[in-house]
Amino acid sequence: MLEIFAYGFMQKAFITGIVIAVACSLLGVFLVLRRYALIGDGLAHISFGGVATGMLFNYMPFASALLFAILGALGILKLKEKTLIHSDTAIAIISYTSLGLGIFIATIAGGFNVDLLSYLFGSILAIQTSEVVLSVALALIVIAVITLYYHDLFYMAFDEESAKTSGIKTGTLNSLLVILTAITVVSSMRVVGLLLSSALIVLPAASALQYNTSFKKTLLLSAAISVSSVTAGLLMAYYYDYAVSGTIILINTGLFLTSLIINRARNGRPLFS
Amino acid sequence: MEKEKAIQLKNVCFSFGNAKVLKDITFSADKGDFLGLIGPNGSGKTTLLKLILGLYPLKCGSIKLFGTEITSFRDWSRIGYIPQKATNIDTIFPATVKEVVAMGLLSRKKFPKTINRKDDKEINAALKTVGMDELRNKRIGELSGGQQQRIFIARALISKPDILFLDEPTTGVDQNTQESFYRLLGELNQKGITIILISHDIGKITKYVNKIASLNTALEFYGSHSEFCAYDPEHCHDNIDQHRLCLDRG
Repeated sequence: MLEIFAYGFMQKAFITGIVIAVACSLLGVFLVLRRYALIGDGLAHISFGGVATGMLFNYMPFASALLFAILGALGILKLKEKTLIHSDTAIAIISYTSLGLGIFIATIAGGFNVDLLSYLFGSILAIQTSEVVLSVALALIVIAVITLYYHDLFYMAFDEESAKTSGIKTGTLNSLLVILTAITVVSSMRVVGLLLSSALIVLPAASALQYNTSFKKTLLLSAAISVSSVTAGLLMAYYYDYAVSGTIILINTGLFLTSLIINRARNGRPLFS
Repeated sequence: MEKEKAIQLKNVCFSFGNAKVLKDITFSADKGDFLGLIGPNGSGKTTLLKLILGLYPLKCGSIKLFGTEITSFRDWSRIGYIPQKATNIDTIFPATVKEVVAMGLLSRKKFPKTINRKDDKEINAALKTVGMDELRNKRIGELSGGQQQRIFIARALISKPDILFLDEPTTGVDQNTQESFYRLLGELNQKGITIILISHDIGKITKYVNKIASLNTALEFYGSHSEFCAYDPEHCHDNIDQHRLCLDRG
């Protein structure tokens, strides 16, 4: 069993995967409760444009994806604020524009489509040391900021108006939340790929919410579910040669269904009502 | 000596696009008042409250909280707010009663925001004030509408506010719970907390308040309880003797 950890690529995969799993799961609880579950998906589309642009100019795709994601996140907020359109429409406009740009660049440039696919579907087992450092550093920043602003984010998720009247700067905190999401999406793109990065944010949180417990315990549960799924996914990929990203997400779906059944059984309710 | 003004509104107006919601509203509440802001559904009460609390940008007129223009008001620990949707909270929201009350305490703290033993005692005391201390470990979504409202009052009280704003606090709450809820507000008012209570149910709240502002886009009436009785005898109820209420509750 332990021979798996003798390989450098598996060590890197476990370190990156576990740290990113924690960051995604903590952030996910706040996003799901604020009904922002799909913002990660939009930011992943935006990052795709960044990756393609980075490849076109032969510059670090990771850095350009991060730049695109952060600017896109702020653009969504500004578009919503200035034009009074709904947030889902703002997300759609900016994300599809960037996705369109990515596809356009990939078509005209050609030649890097294989590399682009590795960002779309993830390739944690082929992750470079520099990418490990960057991903882990970004994920640790996300975890640190969430820990620091935990109470204010919690209050805002529960009741934004009351949070504002108690002196919490909800506007700044909203911007912070979408920037953290942008960072998390980009840092997780090598683990599960841009297509599934939002799933790693949403699914563990949705599973943890089935246990009807305190906020603190929900965050811990979400982190535990996320880390378990990434660990199991990596082990299954190693021993059975499964695709890592797909396996991680399917394990998460299984854990969500299990949590749902447990919740229904505890409350004496049928599974579908 | 003139009493300190808790809120002062002068020529306040507001519109959503071309639709005028509020026109030329001028009134005030002194410190220690129990003011009922009444009016039918859609009369602009909640909009006015959100303007007073700075949740909507002020487009014309002036609003002062404790003598400071709302645009430069920063002393939010003096304000307690219980929004209209308070009893419509997401039932799956993972928060215990203790966590909800602690929100009111921690939002005023500087970093690092942690709960110490003294804070824990304050949370218990706030819950005791509203008679909910035995439910501290329950999840908020498991409580009834009336119990949730009391928890939200405890959350507002824990920061020791000078003024409490309540927007239709008894919506969806049964008759008996409503009565005991209004009595609790009366007791808090007796302790010196200014209360601004919004309701569309004119008859129900007139017996608890000492001032009334009646709104229907424009201000239709503003005055004391006795002046309101002369203006609208049909909806007037005698003031309940708050001192007697306190004795009744022991």
